[in-house]
Amino acid sequence: MQNAAILSNPNTAGAVGESRGVRWVLTGVALAFLGLFLFVPLAAVFVEALKKGLWAYLRSFSDPDARAAIRLTLTTAGIAVPLNLIFGVAAAWAIAKFDFKGKSVLTTLIDLPFAVSPIISGLIFVLLFGLHGWAGAWLAEHNIKIIFAVPGIVLATVFVTFPFIARELIPLMQSQGTEEEQAALVLGASGWRTFTRITLPNIKWGLLYGLILCNARAMGEFGAVSVVSGHIRGQTNTIPLYVEILYNEYNFVAAFAMASLLTILALVTLAAKSVIEWKFADEPSKCSRTEREGRPI
Amino acid sequence: MEAFSTKSIRWKNSGLKMNSASPVQGFRAPVRSRLNREKVIALSYSLKKHSILPGFELALGYTLLYLSLIVLIPLAAVFVSAGSSTLEQFWATITHPRVLASYRLSFGASFIAAMINVVFGLLVAWVLVRYRLPGKRFIDALVDLPFALPTAVAGIALTAVYAPNGWMGGWLGQLGIRVAYTRLGVIVALTFIGLPFVVRTVQPILQDLSKEAEEAAASLGAGRFQTFRKVILPELAPSLLTGFALAFARALGEYGSVVFISGNMPMRTEITPLLILTKLEQYDYAGAAAIAVVMLVTSFVLLFIINTLQKRTGRYQF
Repeated sequence: MQNAAILSNPNTAGAVGESRGVRWVLTGVALAFLGLFLFVPLAAVFVEALKKGLWAYLRSFSDPDARAAIRLTLTTAGIAVPLNLIFGVAAAWAIAKFDFKGKSVLTTLIDLPFAVSPIISGLIFVLLFGLHGWAGAWLAEHNIKIIFAVPGIVLATVFVTFPFIARELIPLMQSQGTEEEQAALVLGASGWRTFTRITLPNIKWGLLYGLILCNARAMGEFGAVSVVSGHIRGQTNTIPLYVEILYNEYNFVAAFAMASLLTILALVTLAAKSVIEWKFADEPSKCSRTEREGRPI
Repeated sequence: MEAFSTKSIRWKNSGLKMNSASPVQGFRAPVRSRLNREKVIALSYSLKKHSILPGFELALGYTLLYLSLIVLIPLAAVFVSAGSSTLEQFWATITHPRVLASYRLSFGASFIAAMINVVFGLLVAWVLVRYRLPGKRFIDALVDLPFALPTAVAGIALTAVYAPNGWMGGWLGQLGIRVAYTRLGVIVALTFIGLPFVVRTVQPILQDLSKEAEEAAASLGAGRFQTFRKVILPELAPSLLTGFALAFARALGEYGSVVFISGNMPMRTEITPLLILTKLEQYDYAGAAAIAVVMLVTSFVLLFIINTLQKRTGRYQF
């Protein structure tokens, strides 16, 4: 009886799997969902940017305010990313290579900025340095501007991109252990030399991975920066903030032209990320791809 | 030998308590001369692993300093600023009808969006893991787009698509469905930004799932759907729950992708983060901080739940 049932069930004949029809339907629905939610908005950016032709698109970038926004975005990322790089390496060195009390608490605290709403990430710096904030009066007296100025934008960006490099390096360095460094030290290498010659080459792909993701977020952050910026044209507008201003002025071509820059950055980031993942999928010790699954970038 | 010369020593399973069942985490102690020789030798074995590397004090010191300056002290500012108002004021602010309406929208839309992502995220993960597909690598990489695309760009792109004169908006409008500038628009935006979470938590579990259990179920006469429901789904349930919690937590705090498509009408399509910004623009720092406290506490509770879930499901970190 049972044998007959098995034989009559086509699924059990070979591998377990769905019938052809079910496979087609499931694939179709999944692709339709991805198409609707990912591909359509992606295409919309470029279609809207090029709606009035290539010339109008290119002219959007000649605007001085647009150039100022691009410059500010590059400056902000140029400060925030290296700061978080140094922190990331230091934190990973301490956490991955040594054992100490409260290590898991520290690891959780490093991830904290990811759990905080972007608006709150901006708010905290307004509360500290804003005109009516804790240090507001003192800063005004000494003529130092943090909020509605570039330092505030950098601070908010550092906050939101804080965990990227550390969380990439910690599991990677943990999986690599300390044997190689110990060997170098025993053979007489100095601590710094051990780090640059042994540790750094071992973590370079993980580091690059973290850098790429950190940079993408630093350049694209909107909410936190929006709170501290004050939206002063030509002065405190990053690209995402300038996109918002243009959009609210119904200058859609220019808004989507600026947005297309960020979209290209996002696509390049995804491509670079995928290349690193594929290239080192078979070398798990060099890139923490397996550890990465299921984590937001 | 190197280990003996260092002044301070760190180790995990302390040589002094080698037989104790509970590992002593990160216990530090100077080597004392009163330790007998055997203990010192036993120690040196467990110490070597951690002690000869330099730079611990510097690295940890810098980590703690930077963490405090950038994250901990600023976050503490929210709680202190909220504390500057009286309890009545605080309560009045966080239970104001307009604020309550924003909680309902933020929680409700985040919940629905995360549920949509559980269903379709599982489906996408299933198709990506189990089926052959041309351009699979490309599609797989594209799943991360909502992580990489700046939220403001996502916001204006979704609005352009779903506005009454947009591609989808025009078509849905004929069916009498309005998306942009309604609560439905908020759900669409939150579904977009939460999309990768469920896919990326379920995908690796699905990949590692052995087919033997499925084969056993099939050979015992179970239909394919029955096998899925009784054998596969229970295995995936913890990762689905984790993905749901991650997507939900992210959606609660989301700002950039929502503000363009929602229209921001008070009581109707105003999300909680936007209200914080509104308070701030009125220089009501205490009010902004009060609402922020509610959101932060919610986020931390969610973070705790996610961490607990992930301890159970394994290696996935938030």
